[in-house]
Amino acid sequence: MEITAIYYLIPALVMFCCGVYGFITRKNMIAMLISLELMLNAVDINFVVFNRFLFPEQMEGMFFTLFAIAIAAAETALAIAIIINIFRAAKNIDVRSLNEMKF
Amino acid sequence: MESVGSIIMYFIVALAMIVFSVMAVTTRKILRAATYLLFTLFAAAVVYFMLDYEFLGAVQIAVYAGGIVVLFVFAILLTSRPGDNTERLTSKSRILGGIAAVATLVIAGYALLSRCISFATKPAMEAPDMQTVGSTLMGTGAGQYLLPFEAVSVLLLACIIGGVVVARKR
Amino acid sequence: MDVTIPILILAIPLFMFVFLGLLGMKMTHKLAGILGTAGMGTVMVLAYTTAFTYFFSGAPEFINAAGERLQYVVFDQTWLAFTQNLVIKLGFLLDPISAMMLVVITTISFMVHLYSLGYMRDHHGVYEHGFQRFYAFLSLFSFSMLGLVVATNIFQMYIFWELVGASSYLLIGFYYTKPSAVSASKKAFIVTRFADLGFLIGILVLSYYGGTFNFTDLTSVPADGIANVYQVSEGTAASIRDLIASNPAPTFLGGSVLTWALVLIFMGGMGKSAMMPLHIWLPDAMEGPTPVSALIHAATMVVAGVYLVARLFPLYLMEETALVIITVVGALTAFYAAMVACTQIDIKRVLAFSTISQIAFMMVSLGVARPEIHHGLGYMASMFHLFTHAMFKALLFLGAGALIHAIGSNDYTAMHGLRKHMPITHITFLIGCLAIAGIIPFSGFFSKDEILSSCMGYDWVAYLWMSMVAGLTAFYMFRLYFLIFWWKEHKVPEGHHAPHDQPWTMSLPLIILAVVSCVSGFIPFGKLVSWNGHPYDFMAHFDWGVAAVSLVVALAGIGLAAKMYMHENTLPEKFRNAVPALWDWCHHRFYWDELYMFITHKIIFNSICRPLAWFDRHIIDGTMDSFATVTNKASDAIKPLQSGQIQMYVWWYLIGALALGAVTVICLI
Repeated sequence: MEITAIYYLIPALVMFCCGVYGFITRKNMIAMLISLELMLNAVDINFVVFNRFLFPEQMEGMFFTLFAIAIAAAETALAIAIIINIFRAAKNIDVRSLNEMKF
Repeated sequence: MESVGSIIMYFIVALAMIVFSVMAVTTRKILRAATYLLFTLFAAAVVYFMLDYEFLGAVQIAVYAGGIVVLFVFAILLTSRPGDNTERLTSKSRILGGIAAVATLVIAGYALLSRCISFATKPAMEAPDMQTVGSTLMGTGAGQYLLPFEAVSVLLLACIIGGVVVARKR
Repeated sequence: MDVTIPILILAIPLFMFVFLGLLGMKMTHKLAGILGTAGMGTVMVLAYTTAFTYFFSGAPEFINAAGERLQYVVFDQTWLAFTQNLVIKLGFLLDPISAMMLVVITTISFMVHLYSLGYMRDHHGVYEHGFQRFYAFLSLFSFSMLGLVVATNIFQMYIFWELVGASSYLLIGFYYTKPSAVSASKKAFIVTRFADLGFLIGILVLSYYGGTFNFTDLTSVPADGIANVYQVSEGTAASIRDLIASNPAPTFLGGSVLTWALVLIFMGGMGKSAMMPLHIWLPDAMEGPTPVSALIHAATMVVAGVYLVARLFPLYLMEETALVIITVVGALTAFYAAMVACTQIDIKRVLAFSTISQIAFMMVSLGVARPEIHHGLGYMASMFHLFTHAMFKALLFLGAGALIHAIGSNDYTAMHGLRKHMPITHITFLIGCLAIAGIIPFSGFFSKDEILSSCMGYDWVAYLWMSMVAGLTAFYMFRLYFLIFWWKEHKVPEGHHAPHDQPWTMSLPLIILAVVSCVSGFIPFGKLVSWNGHPYDFMAHFDWGVAAVSLVVALAGIGLAAKMYMHENTLPEKFRNAVPALWDWCHHRFYWDELYMFITHKIIFNSICRPLAWFDRHIIDGTMDSFATVTNKASDAIKPLQSGQIQMYVWWYLIGALALGAVTVICLI
């Protein structure tokens, strides 16, 4: 049995869909952030897979993933700082109670 | 034709990836969700190793597992008491999320299956050694990445300052 | 000729307008008035220099070897170049009539500036509110009028034409808290604007078919040898006529293109010069301060129509129809205004109607001018009368201003018997009246006599008609004079000072203008101004018969006035009761205003404006309102989508993205 690209892409897709589901259903903002990381990771895997299977002599996909990881780290740090600040102000981090911005 | 060992390895990893991601978004204990995320990230790292990108796999483990997940854990401990369960989901939000997830799965899956099924087997590749990775990251020529590298370093700096400013006590 | 002085002549009044308009409130009233007057005085000196140079230096660009006066374009700057052919220039044209107008305008304007220093304050020496604004507007008017007379092309003339209209509007409405002044200024502006519509169409027609805006291209040929110098030529006008006639242009109501163009341009002149039926604004314009009436509504702006016709005179010569229209309109207006002037009680109204009548004299004179009749005497007579009339009518208005200032009322019924109280005003006013009545040796005699000679040469009906009007002129002017200064002893109301003569700032202009009115008739005008520049010695052609007849007519008018009004008696009452209908019609100005009111209010407002207003309110506004309502309703309906729930936003975003993805998948794969 050959393990072709599709064998890697389907689990990554499932992972992405889990991220979507979590992002929409979760109320806790940190849980939403976790879902976001799942989606991001699924996309990273796609980059690497396409790089490896289609253009093995180049390294664009790999480097793209590398930078994506760095940026994800930065984004997570900032998001968590904001969440902690919100927690201080509102005493909870339930996203549904934070609807001051509606019409 | 792959070796039997690598095929078995693949199935374990794929299964772990799917199962742990599903659990990460369905468990009601937030600390567990972070743990399942960690496992999923490990599985992704294994995928990178299987595809011969050892450096990337190492970075994945070091940055994600070592950095980001630790941040998550700290944040969770700061914002919720241990043992708290999140509330049960309402059926409405469950349905909405389900629709979105399944629709994504169907559409993207159909696109993948109709297009990417034909990709050939993994072509042979020398695993990029550290010297190549290093010179590509630090070079200024075509296909080299010094400028994005510097941009990311500035971004990280800005992020550090921003994090301090946002989260500090007033 | 150097361009400095001509540029300064235009630039100083403009600068004074901007300077006094912007900074006038920062300085004292007196300083603003003195600055304005000094500026105008400088302009007067410069204009005198220019005119003197033009008439008497004998330089080859002003007069050729045959002794003919030439047109000299001092400068002509391209201002707006729309296309290759449609180029609008601003320039300075020096020729006999513009040089003469420079003198007239700057003299009268300076006199009025000086006079206003005394007039625009009350008996305790307190300056009127808006004194600085008054001087700024006077400067604006002087600038516009000077720009009008030196225009090198008809479009420049139109621009300044509108500017004088605007400054006239501003000055009539100077007492803007008085409703009658506000409505008078609006009336003047709207009526003259309406006439200017015809003017503009005329300009467009003429320049479209004639291919040029420039006066020098329309009426003159370049003189030999010297650049920028032109000589008036009938040939050019004829070639313009032939050029226009060579077009397969349509005729309209039986008139050719050139006829219509000239008649429409004359319509603009009718509006500004208050010819019937567009005269209704001028009597009301007397709501402005009296010096303004003297400057704008007697001496300068209202003769712009005459000047316009004179400027295009060679073209008018090509169209007999247009000249006949001018003559008829002028003759009717002259008679009408003289009749009305006999019955008015407001002294400024009398003078206003007299102005209308005298301008109509000038128009008639232009209308009857032909090269073959005394070598175009009518044209010269018209310009001469313009000159003398400006002087003596300004004198009369300023004298009336002095009376109004002393008495505090416009009605002669409040005056009577003032000759002992105000000797200077009395004497100067009498000189003005003698001049306008045409008594030898005052200036009006000479100019009016030439007009009558010209009419005589044209047609004896015109001559008789205009002689009758001249008699009426003498009658109504002396009726006014006797009612103001004689009739009965002046009764000073309780608690008032007796009226007395005015400060020197007001007396000096009166005396200067009176002297000018005495002597200006002896200016050898024909040698300076004639339609084609050719000098004309009218003393050689002087018609003693006409002169004697007009003198007799004038004396008869004066005698009748003296009989009726010199001492208090019942003769005027009897006369009035003998022909009540005639008196009523004259007193109500032949009901012209009522006719206008009927046409505008009853016909135009009811049948056109009301439906339009309804359409505007219900259809136009209704459409806009319904847009607003629909937008409001729609936003209310979709407002809940902005729930503040970020997850719902993400969900909708995702659905949209998936829909796009699905379309891509279906179409491309």
